[in-house]
Amino acid sequence: MIEFKLPALGSDMDEGTLLEWKVGVGDTVKKGQVVAVVDTTKTAVDVESWQEGTVHQLIAEIGRKMPVGTVMALLLAAGETAPAGVGVGGTAMPVPKAAPAVAAAALVAAPAPAAAPTGPGRRMISPAARKHAEEKGVDLDSITGTGPHGAVTLEDVEKAAAAPRAAPVVEKSAAQMAAAQQAAKTADMRKTIAAAMSRSKREIPHYYVAEDIPLANALAWLQVANVQRPMAERLLPAALLLKAVAMALKRYPELNGYWRDGGFVPVAAINLGVAISLRQGGLIAPALLQADSKPLTVLMQELTDLVKRTRAGSLRSSEMNEPTITVTNLGDQGSNSVFGVITPPQVALVGFGRVAERPWAENGGLKVLPVVTTSLSADHRVSDGHRGALFLLELNELLQHPEDLEK
Amino acid sequence: MSRKLNYREAMREAMHEALTNDPRVFLMGEDVGMYGGTYAFSKGFLDEFGPERIRDTPLSELGFVGAGIGAALGGMRPIVEVMTVNFSLLALDQIVNSAATFRHMSGGQFSVPLVIRMTTGAGRQLAAQHSHSLEGWYAHIPGIKVLAPATIEDARGMLAPALADPDPVVIFEHAGLFNMEGELPDDWSVDISSAKVRRAGKDVAIITHGGSLPKALAAAEQLAAAGIDAEVLDLRVLRPLDTATIMASVAKCRRAVVVDEGWRTGSLAAEVMARIMENAFYELDAPVARVCSEEVPIPYARHMEEAALPQAEKIVAAVKGFFA
Repeated sequence: MIEFKLPALGSDMDEGTLLEWKVGVGDTVKKGQVVAVVDTTKTAVDVESWQEGTVHQLIAEIGRKMPVGTVMALLLAAGETAPAGVGVGGTAMPVPKAAPAVAAAALVAAPAPAAAPTGPGRRMISPAARKHAEEKGVDLDSITGTGPHGAVTLEDVEKAAAAPRAAPVVEKSAAQMAAAQQAAKTADMRKTIAAAMSRSKREIPHYYVAEDIPLANALAWLQVANVQRPMAERLLPAALLLKAVAMALKRYPELNGYWRDGGFVPVAAINLGVAISLRQGGLIAPALLQADSKPLTVLMQELTDLVKRTRAGSLRSSEMNEPTITVTNLGDQGSNSVFGVITPPQVALVGFGRVAERPWAENGGLKVLPVVTTSLSADHRVSDGHRGALFLLELNELLQHPEDLEK
Repeated sequence: MSRKLNYREAMREAMHEALTNDPRVFLMGEDVGMYGGTYAFSKGFLDEFGPERIRDTPLSELGFVGAGIGAALGGMRPIVEVMTVNFSLLALDQIVNSAATFRHMSGGQFSVPLVIRMTTGAGRQLAAQHSHSLEGWYAHIPGIKVLAPATIEDARGMLAPALADPDPVVIFEHAGLFNMEGELPDDWSVDISSAKVRRAGKDVAIITHGGSLPKALAAAEQLAAAGIDAEVLDLRVLRPLDTATIMASVAKCRRAVVVDEGWRTGSLAAEVMARIMENAFYELDAPVARVCSEEVPIPYARHMEEAALPQAEKIVAAVKGFFA
């Protein structure tokens, strides 16, 4: 039996709330398949399973908060059969389709629906019961259903409404509720960012180095490359910068990984956490996975998709919990340079300021070039300023040969 | 003073009255004359009204239904008897493509005041080719009205308003009802627009029509013994459906089971359920259930045929499923 546990969806997460099961009992689960949607303090995340099997039991309840590591579901490995005596709990099994009624017994059996009436995990509440509960301000979670399959019926709600109540129910409009929820969510995110950044500045001895990188070659190359591309597939400078960071990191592995238990743990995969600001405030840095191995076109598509899904709140767990370094790119709206705060347990952060035309002295002459000030904030426990500076020079070198970054 | 008579006599009286009162009315169909009607609905009519008005036809549904449409266009008020719904499939082109469309196709210049009567339903060991319940098919067609008299009162009363209607009316008479006896009240006039509650209740609405009505009423009696107060709603008019009355019953009882002798898939029951979803979803306290015929050609063997059709026991079981 395989235990599917609530993973930490980000290093700062210690609990989560199950929003939705994406699988039902009996479903086959493949590696990397999204099995549940879990709400963290930052966003709703699609949680993937890293093991294969058949869903035997869904344990976690929708809407219940649980600590990281809680067993959410049990899967049967291939070839494994359910142990005797372990019942299938929590959810309704699909009702088998009734055979054509021929025998007298079948004649009087209630016609069974061909499939389970609702998805696993969702409580069955009749529409009339739901409506009545809303009118009376009855909390449906506090009611035990007595209808078929444990459904909450109108009668259940009427009984609950008639029962004396401990505290008066404050009636709120749906809009008020939604606004309050959003405010609570924003406050939660602020708290999460506050905790992570305080920890970072408390524990990580940051050092900072910066380098002005001319982008004339890079932007000229992009312009040519984009001429042949349809509008939707055009490359933005951000994709090139990210690819360059990923390639540079291959030579500076001490910047890519985690500080854990008093020591540095390098990570082979280069998963760039891309800082994305949210419209309602706050930010998330989900990962572009294995950015070093992806062609520029793919990276661009994935970046666009990642930004879209981050803002829509549908990130996958691997994107949330696996960034090995963070890249912050202030873009056109940003300032000249940025010196970021490292996201623990990562050990480095690369910051790009605004790309702008600046006077550039070279070979005894002066020209005007597009330039970006690039910074590195890194953990002095793991690396030193000298290596950090070399990393930035490598980054500079790579960006002078954009054609080599394409593949 | 009400009086006792059976469904067959009620229908015969209705036709007799129409033939007597309106010279434009005539009856046409297979065996309606010499033989007195396959189900003896027109026994003695040939002698009384003569061969001009009681016309035996060849075995050609396409032909004589078409002749009925022509007569109606020409100002007559024909009653065309098609022996059973099974044979009416041969006349579908006339009914669907001609009768139902002429008002529309002529820009309102022509109407087809035609009444088509046909026997429907299973339960008499007539096997798969003579046991269809295809009311639902006809109820799909705009341009016609579809009636399903299931009581003595409706058998007696529905023909007159059907003949008075300026558009084609198809009347489905379930063979299982022909020998049913009942009291005919003094005022038996009825409309052909509304559904009717045949038994008032508050716990579950059993929505049905035609040959399933007596089964639904029997089920309601059994349920009463179990403490469940069932309402039985007789649709009566299958097109256009009386949505308001259906929703009133559903809103009152909050649970509904639709009983329909048609096959389940794409059935009239499905249409009723869809309307409940559209109009009364928030009134429901349970998913709407239905009891339909099993999706097989209706078997010949009695026990198999009974097992294939809606029965009071199946209705009771469906209703008890709401309270399990």
